[in-house]
Amino acid sequence: MKKPDKIILDHGSGGKISHHLTTEFILPIFNNPILADLDDGAIFTIGQERFAFSTDTYTVDPIFFPGGSIGDLAINGTVNDVTMCGATPLYLSVGLILEEGFPIHDFEKVMDEMGRAAAQAGVKVVTGDTKVVPKGAADKIFINTSGIGIIPKGIDVCSKNARVGDKIILSGTLADHGVTILTQREGLTFDAPVRSDSAPLNQMVKKMFAAGHAIHTLRDPTRGGAGTALNEIAQNANVGIRIEETMIPVKPEVSGICELLGFDPLYLANEGKLIAFVGPADADAVLAVMQEDEFGKDACIIGEVTAENPGQVFMETRIGGLRIVDMLTGEQLPRIC
Amino acid sequence: MSLKYMEEYRDADIARSLVEKIKASSKSKIRLMEVCGTHTVSIFRSGIRSVLPETIALLSGPGCPVCVTDQKEIDAFVALARVDNAILTTFGDLVRVPGTVSSLQKEKAEGRDVRVVYSTMDAIDLAVKHPDREVIFPGVGFETTAPTIAAAIKTAQQMKLANFSVYAAHKTVPRALDTLMSSELTGIDGFILPGHVSLVIGTYAYEPFFQAHHTPCVVAGFEPADILQAIWMLVEQIENQTPQLSNAYGRAVTSAGNEKAQALLDEVFETSDVAWRGIGVIPQSGLVIRDLFAAFDAGKKFDLVLPEPIEPKGCACGEILTGVKTPPDCPLYKTRCTPMDPVGACMVSSEGTCAAYYRYHG
Repeated sequence: MKKPDKIILDHGSGGKISHHLTTEFILPIFNNPILADLDDGAIFTIGQERFAFSTDTYTVDPIFFPGGSIGDLAINGTVNDVTMCGATPLYLSVGLILEEGFPIHDFEKVMDEMGRAAAQAGVKVVTGDTKVVPKGAADKIFINTSGIGIIPKGIDVCSKNARVGDKIILSGTLADHGVTILTQREGLTFDAPVRSDSAPLNQMVKKMFAAGHAIHTLRDPTRGGAGTALNEIAQNANVGIRIEETMIPVKPEVSGICELLGFDPLYLANEGKLIAFVGPADADAVLAVMQEDEFGKDACIIGEVTAENPGQVFMETRIGGLRIVDMLTGEQLPRIC
Repeated sequence: MSLKYMEEYRDADIARSLVEKIKASSKSKIRLMEVCGTHTVSIFRSGIRSVLPETIALLSGPGCPVCVTDQKEIDAFVALARVDNAILTTFGDLVRVPGTVSSLQKEKAEGRDVRVVYSTMDAIDLAVKHPDREVIFPGVGFETTAPTIAAAIKTAQQMKLANFSVYAAHKTVPRALDTLMSSELTGIDGFILPGHVSLVIGTYAYEPFFQAHHTPCVVAGFEPADILQAIWMLVEQIENQTPQLSNAYGRAVTSAGNEKAQALLDEVFETSDVAWRGIGVIPQSGLVIRDLFAAFDAGKKFDLVLPEPIEPKGCACGEILTGVKTPPDCPLYKTRCTPMDPVGACMVSSEGTCAAYYRYHG
């Protein structure tokens, strides 16, 4: 890819163009083996304990939307990133960038929702920082959160660990968050009952580990969607992935909006879903505890890991055809007709 | 259309039985063209190629509105984004298309006010909200989109909105079919005609084309079973040598089409000769704004200085859009030209042939 002369929005899409920015401009500077894994969080050992550490910055327009706000998103997102490393998230930091003129009422509301989300996830915010910038230098409020957690003994999950024969479990319907944000943005006046799925997944994951030891990989398909997450796992573990279209749950109203705008739910963001790669012997037990959890009611097995086509994701379509599922390139844009 | 209805048309059993019928009927090697970009994507997404017999080759046609937008028109959109005090409102898939010197995406990164909207009416709302700004809309698209833009122009006239204008670069489908058939290189045995466009213009709009060429034509919907149904009908017509202009999308498309939309198009636009990217000028295949609405014609309202268009070297857009070549035949495909850094428009739009091949490894 040609060297870009400016940052464009696609550099933040979570797809191939973002990946290029990370690997060409950032990774070489901070070059170290922990960062090089490019998983949801860093995994390292201090003394006898293994830790997971993750950071994420939240900018969302609008800041309040059905099913959540930038506040709970900033807590849940980092809780989930630490959880996907197999860790129990414990402590979070919060950095706030506020735009001059941001209504105090909205600020209070965001803080309230952060507090509620932290309590629900059972994590403590232990340090923080606040900056205010002149009007126009930021959009209302930007939030950075970092989180740290301990990985219990015997747990070892990362994208490289996915192995042939693993069953792929998806915890629920795809694209709810992505479509909700789209319908709330200026200019799109859909009156559809869609809600963000923003949720902390750490309690459910705890139960999953209790039910089955052969959980090899966990991933929350946020920006870039499930399609991009599955591709990253296939590439990192050098295995093939085969999923079935008919098994992938998408809410009818979400699917309808995607049809209308030409979007593929496989590439839209989720904020309360996970994908688990589980050894075949443990898959049913893990699935069963997920289905009992409020955030995994619609969990199902969507496919499995294969030896064929390493590094690639294939999907058996509804009509019995086969097609490749590639990584997202840049942000999906609504089509003309 | 309710989603339940769509699910039915995706139903695996219906699709599988159609595939069996196609396999039983198809004897000779044939080349079918899906004209519309939405069909191209649906064919890839549902894996239709992987279930068809080897006798049937599917070619992708010039029916992605972004892909056929001429370089000069893209340059005009870039120039409009640079107009003092302008808000350039656009459909999303236009922003990445490279013009001769820039793209709308790059202009946005430079600080110009380029905003993605979902309908022309959103642009009207912006014009009302910002009476001190010039709100400009690039009118790109076929007969499907053009009526909504005509409606916006009429609304702007009724509201006496002096700060709203459209740069019309619309194209119409039936004339392009003539051009495709006049090239000996394409060798098309049958057409899968676009469902959404036909909903507006009706099947009768293709009569002159069909009478001139007697090539089998079937209007199709966008679900896998719709497309398979159209392919089966085309195979039958070709094998039995009974070419027809038929409609496999009867639940939406009629012979007369949407007469209200047609009247609106006729009131606001007139036909004109226009250039299609990579294909050249197709007579009377464009829609330009009538003089009666000149106040809302951005092309007339602003004095645009456009660069001499430089078509990207080696880009096979034109041959790909006419089915003469497939994307892997283009020397730039996947090397110099990728969705991350596109050369031709066919690699930009999600419905562009090259982008679809790239994404689904066609």
